[in-house]
Amino acid sequence: MTENRGHSSSDAAVPYDFGGPWQPSNIELARQSARKKRNKRNALIAAASSILVIGTLIVVLVTSPGWISLRDTFFKWAYGVEVLPKIILGFGTNVTLTIIAGSSVAVIGLLIALVRTSRSPALTPFRFLAMVYVDVFRGIPMLLVILLIGFGIPALQLRGVTNNVLILGTIAVIITYSAYVAEVIRSGILTVHPSQRAAARSLGLSHIQTLRHVVLPQALKRVTPPLLNDLVALIKDTGLISILGVTDAVRAAQIQTAKTFNYTPYVMAALVFLAVTIPLTRATDRMLRKSLEKQNAQWQA
Amino acid sequence: MNQPVLKVSKLRKSFGNDLVLQDISFDVPEHTATVFIGASGSGKSTLLRCINLLDSIDDGVINLDGQDISATEVNPDAVRQKLGMVFQSFNLFPHMTVLENITLAPIKVQQVVKDAAVAEAFNLLERFGLKDKAHQYPDRLSGGQQQRLAIIRSIARHPLLLLLDEITSALDPVLVNEVLSTVRDLKGEGMTMVLATHEMGFAKQVANEVCYLHNGKILEWGEPEQLLEAPKRSETQEFIRRVHAAGRL
Repeated sequence: MTENRGHSSSDAAVPYDFGGPWQPSNIELARQSARKKRNKRNALIAAASSILVIGTLIVVLVTSPGWISLRDTFFKWAYGVEVLPKIILGFGTNVTLTIIAGSSVAVIGLLIALVRTSRSPALTPFRFLAMVYVDVFRGIPMLLVILLIGFGIPALQLRGVTNNVLILGTIAVIITYSAYVAEVIRSGILTVHPSQRAAARSLGLSHIQTLRHVVLPQALKRVTPPLLNDLVALIKDTGLISILGVTDAVRAAQIQTAKTFNYTPYVMAALVFLAVTIPLTRATDRMLRKSLEKQNAQWQA
Repeated sequence: MNQPVLKVSKLRKSFGNDLVLQDISFDVPEHTATVFIGASGSGKSTLLRCINLLDSIDDGVINLDGQDISATEVNPDAVRQKLGMVFQSFNLFPHMTVLENITLAPIKVQQVVKDAAVAEAFNLLERFGLKDKAHQYPDRLSGGQQQRLAIIRSIARHPLLLLLDEITSALDPVLVNEVLSTVRDLKGEGMTMVLATHEMGFAKQVANEVCYLHNGKILEWGEPEQLLEAPKRSETQEFIRRVHAAGRL
């Protein structure tokens, strides 16, 4: 019987020889052709349903009584191209604000999360304050926070405190988002199994070293998708400070719209936001998948 | 005569109203292994966690290397540097490579220069047959390899005493042996250790003393042959009989 396993001296490096290169059996060939047929049919169904749904939407839109005026008010592309530079200029403010607010929020949110998850008795009052802070600012609409800080602080007429609405608006955004981000990071810290801490402490690592080298790297990796979700939301929400009169993309579009009573600038502003947020979402998805692939064997195809 | 590496006297531990350990006293002399056997929930893991100061004790004294580590002013981080602990569920750091898992504590805690720590880690990996895995993440390793890595990680810091908490319970029977032979090697090199285990055959091989833990008390103790083959107490006999029936001897 053992001869059939083909331990020939010529290829001793191969422990088992199953008799030449693999040829799919008839059963497998039948399965492959059935699978091919099914895939073809699925593709046809998908195409047909897409054409039907999108076609219906277009027909409904174009044949609606207000279509012509809607097209002229919202999709006047020539006008849109004309105002685009001004909107992009305004969008610069949104980008700057996102970078400044985003980095501040990362630091403040992390600090609050660390305070809230700490067990040190010395931090008890801070733990309480952090809890109140998160509860309050997560519960108030951001627009209200922007209005309260943007108009409230100047009204106090404090000496040495800025009246610059751009700065005040940014502060309002930072305050609100830090509360959200702190909760996301805290939930990440809580998902790291206590046995990881036990292992780190048993190796002699201090509490701080355990956080720094064992808990936080795992926690932050886990909450990267929701954090990036918050970043995309932050880019959009920076548009809210236009309410204070800051000339960002939204405000720039508003100014143009007010001049001509044509709403195409709003659509252009929306497209400008999408041009940044969609690639950002895709890029971060990719980044995350890559890092998971490196760490988890089961992700290997 | 040398003083024992570990001397536990009259240790008592409870979680709330739940008394988990009481009147636990034993010595672990240098280069010996003390093995705790007993049913799940008998307090074996808690005992090891108490020695490692991962759990606080209610009463009694734990003396390590001549120092009372149960005293209130003791710095647990300093004590843990003298101890190695291996867990049932490995508890490797999934975000670090095999090499990083081993060198983290030597570099960050013991301030060993990175190159020296890496060189030592490679020595250990080579000795325990994991050298080719150095740059992989723990997820890529088999259960047995993961537990061997956990052992390497804990001995890379040169502990005085190694605590092994049911290190084979989460493993496939085929993989148990490779882990146990690693422990036998360490014992042969003179490592002092305290083990909690369900592997009676293994207990017989490495133990200098076996203690049977029952409902939080050491009910019977003695040399492995005596305790495992001719236990005196009826509870111990019953336990050994059940282990036999489960085919674990």
